[in-house]
Amino acid sequence: MNARTVRPRLRRLPLNISAAVTVVVCLFPVYWMISTAFKPSKDIQSADPQLFPHTWTLDHFRRAVEADGFALFWRNSILVTLGAVLLALLVALGAAFAVARMRWKGRRQFMLMVFIAQMAPWESLIIPVYIISRDTDMLDRLPTLTLIYFMITLPFTIVVLRGFIGTIPPELEEAAQVDGCTRTGAFWRVAMPLLAPGLMATSLFGFITAWNEFAYANFLIIKQQDNRTLPVWLSSFQNTFGTDWGATMAASTLFALPALVIFLLLQRHVTSGFAAGAVKG
Amino acid sequence: MPVVAERTPAPRTPRQRPAPRPAARKDPAGRAHSLWPYALIAPAIGGMLYLLVYPLVRAVLISFQDFRLRQLIAGHAEFVGFRNYRTLLADPRFWEVVRRTFLFMAINVVLIMVIATLVALMVERLRRVGRTVVLCSLVLAWAMPVVAATTVFQWLFHSEFGIVNWALTSIGLDSFERYPWFANGTAAFAILVTLIVWQSVPFAAITLYSALTTVPLELYESARLDGAGAGRIFRSVTFPMLRPIFLLVFSLEVIWTFKAFVQIWVMTRGGPGDATTILPVYAVQTALSSQRYDLGSAASMITVVLMSGVLVLYFRQMYRQEDETR
Repeated sequence: MNARTVRPRLRRLPLNISAAVTVVVCLFPVYWMISTAFKPSKDIQSADPQLFPHTWTLDHFRRAVEADGFALFWRNSILVTLGAVLLALLVALGAAFAVARMRWKGRRQFMLMVFIAQMAPWESLIIPVYIISRDTDMLDRLPTLTLIYFMITLPFTIVVLRGFIGTIPPELEEAAQVDGCTRTGAFWRVAMPLLAPGLMATSLFGFITAWNEFAYANFLIIKQQDNRTLPVWLSSFQNTFGTDWGATMAASTLFALPALVIFLLLQRHVTSGFAAGAVKG
Repeated sequence: MPVVAERTPAPRTPRQRPAPRPAARKDPAGRAHSLWPYALIAPAIGGMLYLLVYPLVRAVLISFQDFRLRQLIAGHAEFVGFRNYRTLLADPRFWEVVRRTFLFMAINVVLIMVIATLVALMVERLRRVGRTVVLCSLVLAWAMPVVAATTVFQWLFHSEFGIVNWALTSIGLDSFERYPWFANGTAAFAILVTLIVWQSVPFAAITLYSALTTVPLELYESARLDGAGAGRIFRSVTFPMLRPIFLLVFSLEVIWTFKAFVQIWVMTRGGPGDATTILPVYAVQTALSSQRYDLGSAASMITVVLMSGVLVLYFRQMYRQEDETR
């Protein structure tokens, strides 16, 4: 009797061990970032790192927040990201509606274009974008970044929104039109409320993409250091904090927090519609 | 099971379309052959033309010009034909970078695909609670912003106070006492691979797992009844069923690791020496650090051409799924 209950447990042991290893490997860097941020400096710079901090401190967070320009870069990041996401949402809503609800010549070609744009080799376009921005006097300016991030998030937003609009039965709008609504009115009053969760999820993923973007923020904002965004600031932590790893980790935590929270809130959607390719770092 | 609430065969479509698409005659705009759809897509087209096509064309042009700091300031770049490409292709350093790029890509993609498949298979076999915990930690690792993760990895591998050196020393590998990871080319390369694998596995594993859940259980059962072992079941049932998703994830990972620019730039800037310089890093270094915009553009274009092979694979897969959802 006893052997029977032990046997399956033993058989599942390797499985459970590998699951535990996966969890530890996934979480440890995140945990280490947060725990370092809360540890006093003398515990950070010790020969025996403590896996669990004995004493907690907020000093590092205070240093990070009080660092030069932290509030400014935070504001820049928010402005650029929100601008890009709202613009992408507006433009994508129109395009997605046209693709999902209307029949027209070139619809397939348009979607193909969107898919190609989604895979655009942005890393290879840094040089021409730098030169074009220089020629048009757009270097060192936040609107340039907004435009680039708009374009980075747009294809993905169109693809996902098209899917969401597709899930709303057109009959609902048709019913509203029969009752005397215009087509636009029917869309706004009937489809939009149903679309709201999809819009929210899509825009949050766009938000993360733009929030994390580093390459263009790094190469297009050169002279006007006040226009830098958080990722660039964080990447130059050695200039800001020197060897103060506690403050560096506190800054990383503050920077990563919005993305982590949004991802956890949206985990339901993570696998369903967002394997599309745009959501990556 | 909160992470995978909706099981869908194709990751492209958030939900299955509940009702068939209305026929054209029902559609008032379609009947009128109106200009509305074109007006609605016009801003998107405009954006793509100015922010994607134009820079791409410009990059092609620059790669055929003599374009250095002087031309950047004064303009009037001259066309020089294929000279930039010839210079690059004759440069042994460039070939070294190409070789390294493919090595980097191959190591990363193989590791990512193998680990992700194993994790996906494992998650499928776990019980409810364990599955939720593993999926949640995968999502958290995936959500970690690139720059933050890169910074954390620099701290993990710090020579003096890094936890990795501490762990390695305490299990008796004394040579890792204060081992300077970022001063050694191979070590820095290995850290970047670890970082990219750590960041990419969650996406691949979650996608593969959600595809696994769509395989009908009867198939496994009948395979088992026929006496197939675990390996045989994977080869003859699981893999063929998941082939499209495998291909999709594979090509996406190839593209992403090919473009792994941010991690490298933030962590090592391609150094020490050239040890972690892959093509995108090389292009930006050449253009923006040594002001050879022409050579940098040419290198970028070569990168795009090399990548487009994989892209074709990806698009074929995409297009097939597009046909299925239509």
